[in-house]
Amino acid sequence: MVEVRPLPSADSPLVEAVDLAKHFDVSPPWLTRVLERQPRTLLKAVDGVSFAVPRGRTFSLVGESGCGKSTVARLAVGLYTPTAGRLVFDGTDLAGLNSRAAMAPVRRRLQMIFQDPFASLNPRWRVRDIVAEPIRAHGLLSETRAIDRRVGELLELVRLTAADGQKYPHEFSGGQRQRISIARALASNPEFLVCDEPTSALDVSVQAQILNLMKDLQRELGLTYLFISHDLAVVYHISDYVGVMYLGRLVEWGEARSLFRKPQHPYTRMLLDAIPDLEMTGRRRIPVRGEVPSPMNPPSGCHFYPRCPFANERCRAEVPLSITLPHGGEVRCHAVEEGRLTEAAVRQALGRGASAP
Amino acid sequence: MSSAVKTPLLQVRNLRVEFPTRRGVLTAVDDLSFDIHEGEVLGVVGESGAGKSMTGTAVIGLLEPPGRIAGGEVLLRGRRIDNLPYEELRRIRGKEIGMIFQDPLTSLNPLYTVGRQLVETIRTHSDLSEGRAKARAVELLAEVGIPAPERRVNQYPHQFSGGMRQRVVIALALCANPRLVIADEPTTALDVSIQAQIISLLKRLCSEHGAAVMLITHDMGVIAETADRVAVMYAGRLAEIGPVKDVVKHARHPYTHGLMGSIPIVGQDLDRLTQIDGSMPRLSEIPPGCPFHPRCPRVFEPCDQERPDPIPVENSEVACWLYDDKRSGGGGHG
Ligand SMILES: Nc1ncnc2c1ncn2[C@@H]1O[C@H](COP(=O)(O)OP(=O)(O)OP(=O)(O)O)[C@@H](O)[C@H]1O
Ligand SMILES: Nc1ncnc2c1ncn2[C@@H]1O[C@H](COP(=O)(O)OP(=O)(O)OP(=O)(O)O)[C@@H](O)[C@H]1O
Ligand code: SF4
Ligand code: SF4
Ligand SMILES: [Mg+2]
Ligand SMILES: [Mg+2]
Repeated sequence: MVEVRPLPSADSPLVEAVDLAKHFDVSPPWLTRVLERQPRTLLKAVDGVSFAVPRGRTFSLVGESGCGKSTVARLAVGLYTPTAGRLVFDGTDLAGLNSRAAMAPVRRRLQMIFQDPFASLNPRWRVRDIVAEPIRAHGLLSETRAIDRRVGELLELVRLTAADGQKYPHEFSGGQRQRISIARALASNPEFLVCDEPTSALDVSVQAQILNLMKDLQRELGLTYLFISHDLAVVYHISDYVGVMYLGRLVEWGEARSLFRKPQHPYTRMLLDAIPDLEMTGRRRIPVRGEVPSPMNPPSGCHFYPRCPFANERCRAEVPLSITLPHGGEVRCHAVEEGRLTEAAVRQALGRGASAP
Repeated sequence: MSSAVKTPLLQVRNLRVEFPTRRGVLTAVDDLSFDIHEGEVLGVVGESGAGKSMTGTAVIGLLEPPGRIAGGEVLLRGRRIDNLPYEELRRIRGKEIGMIFQDPLTSLNPLYTVGRQLVETIRTHSDLSEGRAKARAVELLAEVGIPAPERRVNQYPHQFSGGMRQRVVIALALCANPRLVIADEPTTALDVSIQAQIISLLKRLCSEHGAAVMLITHDMGVIAETADRVAVMYAGRLAEIGPVKDVVKHARHPYTHGLMGSIPIVGQDLDRLTQIDGSMPRLSEIPPGCPFHPRCPRVFEPCDQERPDPIPVENSEVACWLYDDKRSGGGGHG
């Protein structure tokens, strides 16, 4: 599992997560712990996640609330130091850059866009200063006129106008604010953008504008994206590769079209089945059972076993390891490995589901 | 489908909701009319700020001041309810109209057990004894899929997960057997895998109890799977209303058309999504004429001057000049 297998693409990866882990200490305060004889509690927000993002491509992470997507995002731009494993950017282990000075040249090349475009923009700054901030911080340009020209270019790049630079964030709609965040993120000429739910706070028509813009920018500037969302349709639209997370683990990843067409992991299948059907085909689905358990106290073995229609004793006892799929992705599931997740078995689960509550 | 002769369960006629503010009166819902028939699920969709929640809260008389109904009327089974005294309206709420909000915690009192809240609501609207009401509460919890209901009935809301709480709220909304349930974004706060469970539960239970549903959401997928008819709102007004298949698959109003195209769909390989440029105007900046005209790809002469009223087209109504034969020469139908 530690080794990173090459992606089906010929390009070398720009970003690689190798057995990446982030554990948070969520123990009660020391005194309470001693008095009540409680052990330390570790929350394994990210637990041994490996994937690679080829240059110029989009790798998306999906999964339900609390599965660790944002934590991976923060690890990927070096905002968190991993508890274990590595985040390798263009051949450099981010954790090895332990001084600000060592980090700076790499930091310029990775930027992040957040879900809430309002919270992430300083309301007292004019837009032009917000966008110019990374240019000044990284000392990319010093002359005021050059900075102004560059800010104007960036605003036009995100389909705003140079004149918008005079305004304050509150004068813009949600979608326009997200454009401003994107302009700011692009100001340092990054190669890699981590986008954490960039459209989740937006209406669908505005989301479409932002997704179109992101695709255009990727083409124009050759950007590499790590895209995070819980919306599978958005992920289908934007991604080249998709990884599915469940309680801190990457349970399956692969090329986007094949993952959606032939999902392997029972959790991936369940998620795909839960998408409301806009096409109104009246298809049958694997019944969704139960809810995501607490990440503080995840189920043993395969975290998904209490909700899985294919679980058996081995699933409860043993953590499934990654196995490579014929078309290049990876999956962590005993049933897939044992070859017992046949069409017939899945059909039977469907049949049983129709009569179950 | 319900026949035209039968009085609709709910009739909303020319509803207008206003907010007096320092800078003038804002109109959040403007001349909105629609019906909901017995047992029907009406979806109400639209972007943030379109006036969906205002419509829902106006119908049940829960508008928060300074918001107020400034015109029109709301009729339940042919009887006006928008001008009833507070106490009478309160009785109708719960008994005849149940409510489910986005955040289950707005409907649940954290200080009382789930059972106590159910029993109280059941007893307010029926003459069941304490013991019978408690038994009914357990039954309801079982109906909404809460495991071990005999035990859970004595627990407090915080002891339930988000999805389980929303199940409790559904039980609470249905416990007096209302004729109509208004559900405002009932699954938006929940996880994807839970959303599907809650929506199918809501749909199944309402049809078993014979309750009609006004389902407010911005999720077209949920509407496509759940609703019989859909009303699309834009800037406080009705853009289009009609059978779900017509609206989702053959949108007539240019706004609905753009909205549907902007939704990504799994399995649909598009390089770009349909894009409606701009965004919905703020209430203080709604343009004259058709409120959609600055963004409309099909805008023509009358649009920036005259406001289109809903025009009947087959089983739908569409507020767009393209469907007025005298204006467009029948261009909208093509
Ligand atoms: N700084 C922290 N300290 C303690 N626990 C944390 C911290 N950050 C995240 N967690 C926990 O780690 C888990 C993963 O959180 P994360 O924010 O990565 O999830 P997510 O997949 O982004 O969820 P969402 O979809 O809700 O944004 C959660 O259980 C969260 O409560
Ligand atoms: N107290 C208030 N004063 C002034 N305007 C208000 C007030 N409350 C709501 N509004 C406005 O009324 C309009 C309609 O709001 P409403 O809550 O009905 O929208 P909605 O369609 O439910 O949107 P969402 O999808 O975000 O819930 C919005 O533009 C909102 O800004
Ligand atoms: S390992 Fe077992 S429990 Fe986990 S997903 Fe596979 S079959 Fe289900
Ligand atoms: S009335 Fe005119 S502007 Fe409005 S939607 Fe119809 S064509 Fe477009
Ligand atoms: Mg997150
Ligand atoms: Mg609302």
